[in-house]
Amino acid sequence: MHSSLRIRQIRIAYLFLLPAIIVFVLGLIVPLINTLELSFNELSMGSPWDEREFINLENYQRMFSDPGVQTSVGVTLRFAAFVLIAELVIGLALALLLEKPIRGAAIFRTIFILPLMVSPVAVGLIWRYLLDGRIGLVNFYLNQIGIPSQTWLGEPGLAFFSIVITDIWQWTPFIFIILLAGLQALPSEVLEASRIDGANWWQMTFLIKLPMLRSILLVTVLMRLIDVFRALEVIFILTFGGPGRSTQVLSLHIYKTAFTSQALGYASTIAVMLMFIMLILSMVLMVISNPFKEKSDF
Amino acid sequence: MAAMTKRVDLSGMRTDRSTFLQYLALFVLAFISLAPIIVMIMTSFKTQVDIMSSDSMWIFQPTMDNYSHVFEAKFGLFLQNSIVVALSSTVLSLLVSGMAAYALARLEFPGKSPFAYFTLIIRMVPPAVLAIPIFILWLNWELFLFDLIDATPFLYELENPDPYLFAEGLVDGRIGLILFYTALNLPFAIWLLIGFLRQIPAEIEEAAIVDGASQWQVFTRVIFPLMRPGMAVAAIFTFRISWNEFLLALVLTDRNTRTLPVGITLFLTEQGVQWGRIMAMGTLIVIPPLLLTFVAARQIIAGMTAGAVKG
Repeated sequence: MHSSLRIRQIRIAYLFLLPAIIVFVLGLIVPLINTLELSFNELSMGSPWDEREFINLENYQRMFSDPGVQTSVGVTLRFAAFVLIAELVIGLALALLLEKPIRGAAIFRTIFILPLMVSPVAVGLIWRYLLDGRIGLVNFYLNQIGIPSQTWLGEPGLAFFSIVITDIWQWTPFIFIILLAGLQALPSEVLEASRIDGANWWQMTFLIKLPMLRSILLVTVLMRLIDVFRALEVIFILTFGGPGRSTQVLSLHIYKTAFTSQALGYASTIAVMLMFIMLILSMVLMVISNPFKEKSDF
Repeated sequence: MAAMTKRVDLSGMRTDRSTFLQYLALFVLAFISLAPIIVMIMTSFKTQVDIMSSDSMWIFQPTMDNYSHVFEAKFGLFLQNSIVVALSSTVLSLLVSGMAAYALARLEFPGKSPFAYFTLIIRMVPPAVLAIPIFILWLNWELFLFDLIDATPFLYELENPDPYLFAEGLVDGRIGLILFYTALNLPFAIWLLIGFLRQIPAEIEEAAIVDGASQWQVFTRVIFPLMRPGMAVAAIFTFRISWNEFLLALVLTDRNTRTLPVGITLFLTEQGVQWGRIMAMGTLIVIPPLLLTFVAARQIIAGMTAGAVKG
């Protein structure tokens, strides 16, 4: 009796999971397997799937000595380093400054998440307009304080700086809001005890709060890092990787290899490498913060 | 005793000053967050002449020309596509993730833990990685369906309804987008709903089962209504992703099935960028996410922080 009930429950569970499994298989697993297979093949755009040509590990050999791939990995890492450090420092400073609950905080928080909610394409367009060499507002105000116009998106160094600034505008609020929630969730007994023991603001912040925020900080950094590797819309619109390859992050490089250079097989190989990086990052993230661990039933 | 009072006074003063600093910082930040969006909206009401001249940054004669041009240029069609895709994938995501979350949170079965971890890992797939196989698969599915019709005498001879048209409808980029957006959104939605389900006491369902309800009835009549707050949060995030997504839409859609984020980029490639029209379209794209933010900021922040703070 008991075991037949259990079997019934298992069957019901699978029925409930079935739609999700179908969507995952059709929408993610089949495409990913295709990518993996294609990474050992050569296929140019416009040719049907059957005309792919198996070329063994040639794509992989090519990838590891391809200066284009190396450049884009370098750009991605440099971009990640710049935006993560800037966003973390600014976000943390703001969270500490604004930690104390005050009236009207909800309205301000609503405004802060707007850059996160608007479409990345719109973000790219807005900043492309603001940074435009001839009619952009940035140059307009720089001129007013006596600084000559810059071609923000037309020069490698400035273009890189531009995508960094745009990312900081878009994502600092995310880090700020998470750290603020983390700060406000710290156990008040510990803070109270340290205050009674006479800890000053610096000691409270650097010896007590930040160490207690450590895992949240780490999770936030990892989530942002994963996002830096995933996202390309804003850069796609802002610079399309240029000038040269100065702003060509890895995922944009994959897109251009596939759809501009029309080398679908080779693009898949780079995509496999990106998937591998994402896999490692998300495994680390899962070890640090397992959302299923609250109840140990997984 | 005297020292005590002195300290209290000091901290009182400090509170006033720090509150002022706090508000100052908040206003500066709010300005930085809002200004670019406001510039976009303002520019959408400017003529090309006003945009190009450097002396009329904030003062100008507003015009609706950009909007009327945008609506002439197929904006309505793109809008319709965006709405269909975003709403369908949101509804589908909620249904599918609701069922999956119920199984994962309430039922015991072999393979539960691997499935849960799989959903977490698969969340990280970059759209650029998916774009390539999706592009190829979709083209090939069309060829496959046409071959299938060619090879089936009954279908081949059929004229009304035209099976080829039907096949073309099936490979409509919008259907693909709905599928892929649902797949991309499922992990987060499942994971969010599990959290909500855990706050609902299991006794409620047990009571319903004792009363003779089937598992399906328990799910549709008891659990689904109770999950509504969680569903609302999941819906906001799903809708936002589907509404804003650009890359897969760029790869999968053609001139009749384009969504708004893809449609807007058409204005970029024209000779001499018409910033007024681009900003008009940008403004229209941004309206639904902005409305959602103002209506449900609290839920959005809760959803965003849940991942990092609770875990």
